[in-house]
Amino acid sequence: MWIYEKKLQYPVKVSKCDPMMAKFLIEQYGGADGELAAALRYLNQRYTIPDKIIGLLTDIGTEEFAHLEMIATMVYKLTKDATAEEMKEAGLGAHYADHDKALFYHNAAGAPFTATYIQAKGDPITDLYEDIAAEEKARATYQWLINMSDDPDIIDSLSFLREREIVHSQRFREAVEILKEDQGRKKVF
Amino acid sequence: MSKTLSEEFYRLMEQLQEVDFVLVELTLYLDTHPEDYDAIKQFNEFAQKSMVLKQQIETKYGPLQQYGNSYSGYPWNWDQPPWPWQM
Ligand SMILES: [Fe+2]
Repeated sequence: MWIYEKKLQYPVKVSKCDPMMAKFLIEQYGGADGELAAALRYLNQRYTIPDKIIGLLTDIGTEEFAHLEMIATMVYKLTKDATAEEMKEAGLGAHYADHDKALFYHNAAGAPFTATYIQAKGDPITDLYEDIAAEEKARATYQWLINMSDDPDIIDSLSFLREREIVHSQRFREAVEILKEDQGRKKVF
Repeated sequence: MSKTLSEEFYRLMEQLQEVDFVLVELTLYLDTHPEDYDAIKQFNEFAQKSMVLKQQIETKYGPLQQYGNSYSGYPWNWDQPPWPWQM
């Protein structure tokens, strides 16, 4: 069971219409290292991971949905006042032709989201290493997005998200140590 | 929603976001440090703070959650804006 809360995890302020930035941000909505991929990856891995790690995967997976909502909010606010002409100029003409201003799960280049972005190997250490890599890739993407923005409000929200990836990566690294310790103990007895 | 009311809404919402962020951070930390007594004490303190703040917001601005985790006003006021992306 999941409970929705009518609240953003962190404020998203957008002061100007900027469909070009929205086009880039969509990478973190429906891209390979985006928030949808992250949420689905972790929540799906829970079923076969040892008990000690299920709580962590559940909580990080759930937080990723809050991040997905923050990205959606940015995209929505950056495009809601854009004209068809402005969408076209920003490179969103193809998006507009198919979706108008609706959000869609694709990456910045327009490639639709696919389950092949994520993996579940069933080997706990392997899955956690994938998760650490995913967090680092998301952190890097946020940095590239920050580099392309000149809006202090957008940069503030993106910096929050970048920091969360660092924390998630750290927690997954600790989870690897917990599993290794556990496996070591089993071998001793 | 009048200007002053919405200013108060945003102030309360920001306070809740701060308190709940501490709870998210402590949740993940405790998932890998389950025996940190001080962190658990802090977690429970902030859980209490969050509940008080939520009640304050919900009394004035309507439910934050559904399925019975929040009380409803009359008429049913779940649909009342702003939704997160409209804030
Ligand atoms: Fe993450």
